[in-house]
Amino acid sequence: MSLSEWSYTLMVYAAVVYLIAFGAHAVEWAAARGQSAVRPEDGSEDSARTRVDLFGRLGLVFTVVAAAMHVTAVVFRGVAAERPPWGNMYEFITSTLAFAALLYLFVALKWGMRWLGLGMTLLFTVGVGLAVTQWYVAVAPLVPALHSVWFIIHIIAAAIAGAAFNVGGLASILYLLKDRAETRAAAGQETRGYLAKLPMAKKLDIFSYRLHAFAVPLWTFTIVAGAIWAQYAWGRFWNWDPKETWSFITWVVYVAYLHARATAGWRGRPVAIIAIIGLATFWFNFIGVNLLFSGLHSYAGI
Amino acid sequence: MSRRRSPVAETLRWAWGQLTSMRTALLLLFLLAVAAIPGSIIPQRNTEPIEVLDFKDRNPGWDRILEPLGFYDIYTSAVFSAVYLLLFASLIGCIIPRVGKYWAAVRKPPPRLPARVERLPVVQVGTLGGPSSFAGAHAQGPADRAEAWLRSKRYRIRRTDEGISAERGYLREAGNLVFHLSLVGVLAGLAWSNLWGFSGSAIVVEGRGFSNVITQYDDFNAGGMLDTDRLERFSVRIDQFHAEFETGEVQRGAARVFDADVTVTDADGERTTVMTVNEPLITAGGTQVNLQAHGYAPIFTVTDGNGDVAFSGPVVFLPQDGNFSSVGVIKVPDARPTRLAFEAWFLPTAVLNEQGPHSVFPDALNPEVYLNVWQGEPAVETGVPENVYVLNTDGMEQVLGDDGQVLSARMLPGAHMSLPDELGSVSFDGYQRWVRLQISETPGNLVTLIAISLGVLGLIFSLYVRPRRLFVRLDGDEAIVGGLDRTDTATGLDDEVAGLLAATTGNPVHNGEAQTPENEEPQA
Repeated sequence: MSLSEWSYTLMVYAAVVYLIAFGAHAVEWAAARGQSAVRPEDGSEDSARTRVDLFGRLGLVFTVVAAAMHVTAVVFRGVAAERPPWGNMYEFITSTLAFAALLYLFVALKWGMRWLGLGMTLLFTVGVGLAVTQWYVAVAPLVPALHSVWFIIHIIAAAIAGAAFNVGGLASILYLLKDRAETRAAAGQETRGYLAKLPMAKKLDIFSYRLHAFAVPLWTFTIVAGAIWAQYAWGRFWNWDPKETWSFITWVVYVAYLHARATAGWRGRPVAIIAIIGLATFWFNFIGVNLLFSGLHSYAGI
Repeated sequence: MSRRRSPVAETLRWAWGQLTSMRTALLLLFLLAVAAIPGSIIPQRNTEPIEVLDFKDRNPGWDRILEPLGFYDIYTSAVFSAVYLLLFASLIGCIIPRVGKYWAAVRKPPPRLPARVERLPVVQVGTLGGPSSFAGAHAQGPADRAEAWLRSKRYRIRRTDEGISAERGYLREAGNLVFHLSLVGVLAGLAWSNLWGFSGSAIVVEGRGFSNVITQYDDFNAGGMLDTDRLERFSVRIDQFHAEFETGEVQRGAARVFDADVTVTDADGERTTVMTVNEPLITAGGTQVNLQAHGYAPIFTVTDGNGDVAFSGPVVFLPQDGNFSSVGVIKVPDARPTRLAFEAWFLPTAVLNEQGPHSVFPDALNPEVYLNVWQGEPAVETGVPENVYVLNTDGMEQVLGDDGQVLSARMLPGAHMSLPDELGSVSFDGYQRWVRLQISETPGNLVTLIAISLGVLGLIFSLYVRPRRLFVRLDGDEAIVGGLDRTDTATGLDDEVAGLLAATTGNPVHNGEAQTPENEEPQA
């Protein structure tokens, strides 16, 4: 097999292993059903609690294996193409998700944030799965418009910011779930099951904020780098083509997120909802815009 | 008369208060995001003028609403402009007072020592007189040690007999203000470019040149303040243009090489250089010239019925598809006794099959020309400019072949064809390529770039600097250290309070924390 075929094969297997990891995390959540927040003294839940932990660990192990294949596939792709593997939609999505996988594994292994596992493995399964089945294109050289150092800077910044937006957005979704559970708990309804194992809503909120505080300046830089490149490539740094417009919309939504968070009275739920809207605009920009609109950024279709 | 304010002034004051509130700013941000969406769905005149016309034809109902609202130029429309101008008014109204407040805060020392330090969120109490407080080398009092520790962590300090107040993180608000003001700078740079800049394009055939005077442009968009008689003086000659295309299976026909050897003459004299996609030409005066598009210009020679050469040279044909099937018109108004004109297709890699003649590859591997001929009585020269790509057939008729059908000829390079009825002859001598140059001047770009760079820096400071206040109250043998974070995401307050207490009392930290290794940090 050639290197690019190896890359593709590894990518397909990565998607499959992510799916297995997702299954393990799903069992982890299901096994936690009905368990109380604190381990009962009498040990009545001990075997069930061990099972939750076992499947959580399994999920993490499968994710490590899948991420290793995924990252290798991205690297092989770049080596096969003799350039950074960011030239089309397939390459961009697999690269962004590879960054997201590394980011997730970092926080999961270093800070024990395995509770992100269910959502992250779902994202990786769907993202890599769609990439290999729907958007795959064989290796080809770049069109001349992409021969620029700004291309590398622009896209690597976009991919890293995208990884942080994804993890942060997932933390915001979990925040909403946990926050509702805590409101109910305050009303006397005990939180049971996996939700009880999630960190406190306040911690989720701060974690999500940290990721966004990292990603928003980087995203701003992404747009600036793109604009500088556009100035060289097209003689105008801003053309309002659909890709630019949607990256601007994404930026405005995330700036609104930071702004809302700095404003008293807009903490918590509304802010988490803005973060989720931001993530939706981000994904629309990377998938919807390529498939629905024509513009200067759609160099070779998908 | 009582000194009541007029209701108008009150209303204005109220409206200004509303506009500059954070809530309004947030609302306007969302409005801006929403207002930007239609421009990505509805075609825009500045980028896709032809799609706009198609869209109007296909959706006459929508067009009746969209055209008056300016939705085909949404980003300069009243709706979009209103949103961002309100947003900027809100921003300026919010930020300017804060600049004043910040200036005052920076010049003031940290706040007074609170009467009851023990009420702060994090408090630790210790007893003075630990072992190291008697260490000979440090013949300092607890307040001195606390101050030294705080200074090493870049706190600003207010010291009294009762204790010390300290604050750090002033750069957060500075970053915040810089970020907001930089957005005004971005807008100013854009306005400068739009008012004093221009952008235009011109098609230039290989071997020919372009001089930067307004008459040489095919289209030209100038800012309101630009004097078009004082454009920079320079010229560009296209010596040779190279294009190569993918011949492999994947992305067949996609551009691979796209560059032009040019000779530039400007204030710095004459020089030759290579222009390519991401490497535009920048002239001595800062005008940017980009290689934007290319196409074919087949060369024809037309001899008229009198035997005179009535036309000779390359004719710019416009590509119609990705494989450069190109159309063009050869007008020969000077042909006698009748004037002639040709409507032609140029196919760089021609294939003739059931779909008719068309091109299957963008490079010129098998160039062919298909043409029809028109003739008519000589027309009076009116001097009115006409479209060189469209044939006005008023007063002309199509030349028919021997069989009575419309004459349609297929020609290979070098081919020569006599026209019926002794109208003359036409030869297809070969082809050249043309390029479209985009020439633009954007004088405000540097301002925009500096502003946005400062803005990113400011944003980073406003997100990562975490203001914190620490207080030490010395009360006899007792030291009370309290701390307060002024952001809700800061961490490590407990550690800092413990570190400060340890420094004050001279006792090592008890809870297993590090022994103030922070002392090794560089002094502020």
